[in-house]
Amino acid sequence: MKQLSTKVTSNGHGQDSSYFLGWEEYEKNPYDEIKNPNGMIQMGLAENQLCFDLIESWLAKNPDAASLKRNGQSIFKELALFQDYHGMPEFKKAMAEFMEEIRGNRVTFNPKKIVLAAGSTSANETLMFCLAEPGDAFLLPTPYYPGFDRDLKWRTGAEIVPIHCSSSNGFQITESALQQAYQQAHKLGLKVKGVLVTNPSNPLGTALTRRELNLLVDFITSKNIHLISDEIYSGTMFGFEQFISVMDVLKDKKLENTDVSKRVHVVYSLSKDLGLPGFRVGAIYSNDDMIVSAATKMSSFGLVSSQTQYLLSALLSDKKFTSQYLEENQKRLKSRQKRLVSGLESAGITCLRSNAGLFCWVDMRHLLDTNTFEAELDLWKKIVYNVKLNISPGSSCHCTEPGWFRVCFANMSEDTLDLALKRLKTFVESTDCGRMISRSSHERLKSLRKKTVSNWVFRVSWSDRVPDER
Amino acid sequence: MVALTAEKQDQNLLSRMAAGDGHGENSAYFDGWKAYEENPFHPINRPDGVIQMGLAENQLCGDLMRKWVLEHPEASICTAEGVNQFSDIAIFQDYHGLPEFRQAVAKFMEKTRNNKVRFDPDRIVMSGGATGAHETVAFCLANPGEGFLVPTPYYPGFDRDLRWRTGVNLVPVTCHSSNGFKITVEALEAAYENARVSNIPVKGLLITNPSNPLGTTLDRDCLKSLVNFTNNKGIHLIADEIYAATTFGQSEFISVAEVIEEVPHCNRDLIHIVYSLSKDMGLPGLRVGIVYSYNDRVVQIARKMSSFGLVSSQTQHLIAKMLSDEDFVDEFIRKSKLRLAARHAELTTGLDGLGIGWLKAGAGLFIWMDLRNLLKTATFDSEMELWRVIVHKVKLNVSPGGSCHCNEPGWFRVCFANMDHKTMETALERIRVFTSQLEEESLKQTKPMAAPTMMAKKKMCWQSSLRLSFKDTRRFEEGFFSPHSPVPHSPLVRAQI
Repeated sequence: MKQLSTKVTSNGHGQDSSYFLGWEEYEKNPYDEIKNPNGMIQMGLAENQLCFDLIESWLAKNPDAASLKRNGQSIFKELALFQDYHGMPEFKKAMAEFMEEIRGNRVTFNPKKIVLAAGSTSANETLMFCLAEPGDAFLLPTPYYPGFDRDLKWRTGAEIVPIHCSSSNGFQITESALQQAYQQAHKLGLKVKGVLVTNPSNPLGTALTRRELNLLVDFITSKNIHLISDEIYSGTMFGFEQFISVMDVLKDKKLENTDVSKRVHVVYSLSKDLGLPGFRVGAIYSNDDMIVSAATKMSSFGLVSSQTQYLLSALLSDKKFTSQYLEENQKRLKSRQKRLVSGLESAGITCLRSNAGLFCWVDMRHLLDTNTFEAELDLWKKIVYNVKLNISPGSSCHCTEPGWFRVCFANMSEDTLDLALKRLKTFVESTDCGRMISRSSHERLKSLRKKTVSNWVFRVSWSDRVPDER
Repeated sequence: MVALTAEKQDQNLLSRMAAGDGHGENSAYFDGWKAYEENPFHPINRPDGVIQMGLAENQLCGDLMRKWVLEHPEASICTAEGVNQFSDIAIFQDYHGLPEFRQAVAKFMEKTRNNKVRFDPDRIVMSGGATGAHETVAFCLANPGEGFLVPTPYYPGFDRDLRWRTGVNLVPVTCHSSNGFKITVEALEAAYENARVSNIPVKGLLITNPSNPLGTTLDRDCLKSLVNFTNNKGIHLIADEIYAATTFGQSEFISVAEVIEEVPHCNRDLIHIVYSLSKDMGLPGLRVGIVYSYNDRVVQIARKMSSFGLVSSQTQHLIAKMLSDEDFVDEFIRKSKLRLAARHAELTTGLDGLGIGWLKAGAGLFIWMDLRNLLKTATFDSEMELWRVIVHKVKLNVSPGGSCHCNEPGWFRVCFANMDHKTMETALERIRVFTSQLEEESLKQTKPMAAPTMMAKKKMCWQSSLRLSFKDTRRFEEGFFSPHSPVPHSPLVRAQI
């Protein structure tokens, strides 16, 4: 009899994917401006490091919250004992109001319908346990966050069936793609329990349009299934458009307090908008009391530390701070995104036009030798090992078209970003020359060598790795 | 086609896991909690409220903790002294955990085992409290339908933590009061056979040491026999050691980590420890759970699973600083044990004075109280009836043995470390009133004339016995009430909070 469970012996954790392997390579040789200037730059980590100064200055002005006091008296003892899985009421109220503020106060969130979880990782898994039997399926538009393979499927036994989105329309979700995915699930003998979308999207960096949201709500209504909207990037919207939540659509369609609204659930977290992934603050918002009740009990497996709840309830209750933060956050993200986009453009690389998120969805199809995932992986390896940039290949996000990469921009300083862009530009230029040569036959290559071309061109070949020496 | 009712439709849209009872909270056991929540005791605002004696929390050293936190602002990443670390800690979500956190926890685990064993910080895996740790271990060691042996009585939460989302079964190893609820090899073998007959492949044995709800510790021979049993069967041994530092008096805690050093042929890939800071340090709100496994693969996978319940980096930072302060830790452990001993003595002296029996034990945050003689019949129905009286009339929320899967009715777990001295006095007084009412009724039937005088004398004796350390455990049914004892005042009883 096997001694360990199949969860241990299989690869359900998904960490053999290239997405995570790139991280491991980064860990071996991380860039540091002074100590390791030739190290690998981490562009595969969707973190928001742009606004810590705002939080730190708030802390300086709020010593009570900072030192776990109330009216000057330490409440550490009370916090140390607080393990109620309903969560701190003042914290949930503050979360609800923050979520409302992000949505322009157009919709309301009832704090009693919020279930706290240990990050959105835990929130998504918990929702799966509540909504799906082992073997049931959720439809997810591709490309999607690689972590979903672990979070939604690993311990729950649920399945993911992709809704194929293509670059031909900017990866937007279409009715036919939804229907196809639904039928595909049936062909595979899987019962579809719902659709899960990330809005704004990871890895695309785009917010869903009203058209797409309407389509989704209509779809789940007709199929009598759930819709989970992972809105953890909702506060990172920096485009001209305002963020439209699925809750906006329910309101506009006058579906609030209906059976349909009970099947729509929002996942939130403070890891991206506030840049606090270490604090493990996730939330499920559901209009279905039974789900709120079950998920609340399940949250015992991953409650939010009371110390963290207290600090953040004070932070988020400060409306002056939250409105200033949201505005400044958006400004800085926008500026950083522009810097990345224009840097890429100068290297002849375009991106999907984005209006949210901490990353861009970058089009490197023209740098592939062939329109295949093997070529994408080859290119990725060069970028990781030779250019020393950890970026995420589209295949790890289940993209159906090779050549797309997710590149993060909010987890580094401007100087580091500039250096990364410089390295990339140099690489692209060398590759471009290499490609020019490859279009000729082998003989022409020989004759080219006889011509007076600068030496460095000869050192570059598409079949050899770009030399390590820079 | 029959139209589904709204509720049925709802249930079809939810998983069976969400719609079912696997969370265990529909058990009658929770009625006591509900009674407490509806009417919680407060010495001033609600003096007639329900006193919570069903919550195994260590509240006796909160003042030491609070003082340390105030004196060490650098342990917070939010104060002026610590904010320079804010951004680094706030973005730290590496599931390996902060190295200093793991080192400090490993050191603390060593201290609570009297430094008799070494713990490797690289084997420390975080989880969402011991609750999360148990579930993770179950996910790692067993597939749905497989099972763990668990000695009874056991912590009711295991039914949820080990089974609910994992689909794993729990197979009871029945322990009896006749030998102080010790785990015997016969009982283990019987349970193993029961599992086989029920087609439940056994993957491991889960022990809680010190025991919840018994408060007893396993002796070296017993631990060795458990290690040998599991080793021979090729099954895992999971030791929940979350009460490790709650031993007091003469009791010694021996960890499974120590015993495996003495069993050289033991396959260490089968040995795992669940730990937490919720009981030993009284910090349940901070959600610090630990899986410590001697199996490399389990460490690896449990670490990946810890993504579902990492410890907040803000908390990791605080705990790393706190537990690295060895002087503080030593003092804390020392004082905690003294205070636990004192509060334990207060409760048990009071019970002794009332002739109420309890299982002799020297650890934990509770006692295992013997009320078998108060049952109308030796049945669990009778136990529930008595329990309802205790909750609703005596207004004490205690935990009935049936909820802990005890095989003998009449036992109750009574927590003592989650209240102050005054509340304990109030609780004891209520028990005195209750037992004396019962006795009065019984006396009225047998000695109607003498009843009032006898009852008055008993009350006086009992009140004075509260101040004394008392060893007489004769049972209530003998009608005996302990006289004024010559035993001098115990210094432990005088310890103040």
